[in-house]
Amino acid sequence: MRALTWQGKKDVRVETVDDPAIVNPRDIIIKVTSTAICGSDLHLYDGMIPTMQAGDVLGHEFMGEVVETGRGVTDLRKGQRVVVPFVIACGACYHCSKLQYSACDNSNPADEADISETLYGHQMSGLFGYSHMTGGYAGGQAEYVRVPFADVGPIVVPDELEDDDVLFLSDILPTGWMAAENCEIEEGDTVAVWGCGPVGLFAIQSALLMGAARVIAIDHYPRRLQLAAGLGAQTLDYTTANVLEALLDMTGGIGPDAVIDAVGMESHGFSIDNVYDRAKQALMLETDRPHVLREALMACRKGGRVSVPGVYGGLIDKFPIGALMQKGLTIRTGQTHVQRYLPKLLDMIREKRIDTTFLISHRMALEDAAEGYRIFSDEQNDTTKVVLKPGWERAQ
Amino acid sequence: MTRRPMYGQARSGSVAPLALGLLAVAAGVVGAVVLSRRGDGLRHGFEDAPRRSQRRPQSGSARVVGRSVTIAKPREEVYRAWREFTRFPDFMENVASVVSLDDTRSRWSVEGPGGSTIEFVSRIVDDVPGERIAWTAEEGTSVPNAGRITFRDAPGDRGTVVDLTMSYDPPGGAVGAMVAKMFQREPSIQARRDLKRFKQLMETGEVATARTHPVSEDER
Repeated sequence: MRALTWQGKKDVRVETVDDPAIVNPRDIIIKVTSTAICGSDLHLYDGMIPTMQAGDVLGHEFMGEVVETGRGVTDLRKGQRVVVPFVIACGACYHCSKLQYSACDNSNPADEADISETLYGHQMSGLFGYSHMTGGYAGGQAEYVRVPFADVGPIVVPDELEDDDVLFLSDILPTGWMAAENCEIEEGDTVAVWGCGPVGLFAIQSALLMGAARVIAIDHYPRRLQLAAGLGAQTLDYTTANVLEALLDMTGGIGPDAVIDAVGMESHGFSIDNVYDRAKQALMLETDRPHVLREALMACRKGGRVSVPGVYGGLIDKFPIGALMQKGLTIRTGQTHVQRYLPKLLDMIREKRIDTTFLISHRMALEDAAEGYRIFSDEQNDTTKVVLKPGWERAQ
Repeated sequence: MTRRPMYGQARSGSVAPLALGLLAVAAGVVGAVVLSRRGDGLRHGFEDAPRRSQRRPQSGSARVVGRSVTIAKPREEVYRAWREFTRFPDFMENVASVVSLDDTRSRWSVEGPGGSTIEFVSRIVDDVPGERIAWTAEEGTSVPNAGRITFRDAPGDRGTVVDLTMSYDPPGGAVGAMVAKMFQREPSIQARRDLKRFKQLMETGEVATARTHPVSEDER
């Protein structure tokens, strides 16, 4: 089959690799019909995530048709269309029983799990196509994927919905939803969101659905700020506004009740701390650039909530622990417990209370995936989301 | 019997295994540490940390290693599964086969350094159903070893706390232990991974793997 493989920093290629087969009883194989490039794939593309190996198949946002089922799978059958959560979860361990699927004890293979245990103190769940630290599972930017524990993750999609309507259930929609849920929004709340990429935009949409009185969106790409405004957010361009002052002034001197860092480890911009972080990163003295997290902690009102859906992988410097402690802030974060939200979000899509298709700026053949990575990385204003179609002919 | 017919877990690397798997590790006199029940969890001095987690290097060439894991299954069920020694190859990476000889003895075949195979007979010396099993290799093997596993109810209906302690004398002494660790074939690493796979098998019915193909005969 054809699949998008990681070869090194800024080097991804579509190559021919072996078709996957059923290995364990609870596996299924799906034929991918749509798969997207995620903002977090850019962290891999930029070589920011350790434990990648040349030839790894990327992609954790995908859906398709069930073409084979293991003998332990009873609730899925060939021909069904499913969306697959990017988090692989066994459904049987303590954490899965608490609906903390991304903390699943069992889905990360024992010999790979050592890595996250060393880095984080505990092993995390397996994820599709996201380095060997998360299990080394082959991803979904491919024609076929082996999906383990298929009786826990994949959700069957009704025929009346198109792929583009539901594809983002695999990651970014539940991720934006959980980011807003982690804000514990109360009536009258103002929520500030850093980063108007897909997760930030879905977090804005979700926060408003959950009853936030107001959402303030922060970015510097005009197109992304325009999309945020289209969802009903007020906007701040950090290249022209002093974010901390503006947020105080826009909230009657109080500060946002909740803040969301939908940017993560690769902040943009030329603030003093970000230049410092870039230098330390280059010298391997720090792994992540946390400018947004620092600013969010400073901006958040006393006793407020801090939600971090943005991906961080390692260590940071100059963390404003004083602001966190003295103001009594609450931080909630984590990889998304996708399985927890799927039925509810699918219902909301069917009822047309949530539309995600506005986000898609590019649809291209899987064969053109490398170009998709390039534009998503280099042309972020116009490229809001790239969806790859394995069945399509290559563009000329 | 062939190893692992249905679970296709990844084999970690092509480096010849230097240490000898979960149980196939040398012991000798330190077996007494395990069997006297002082090896694990019991109070010594003014703290409750298991002896194996002490910072101070263990004296002599003998080593005591182990690991604790909580499995979301009832104690009796976990005990019974562990008591089925012949199923160990399903989740123990270096164990090729275990054949039952009688009620207390079993013959082990373990992948050794440089592709060799090491065999020994293991004898159960303590067996309290639902609570603990202890074993030791019979005299005359090139790799004496001993081990003990206990099963306790986890608080709050979270299943069973499984504590595994093993004692061994690393082949090649301290240098041998260091080399084994470099190749990740050191028993404490093996014990951790094997226990994780045991937990996976108990809780999910399979051993998690990122493989995209079943293990074929010629890869074994």
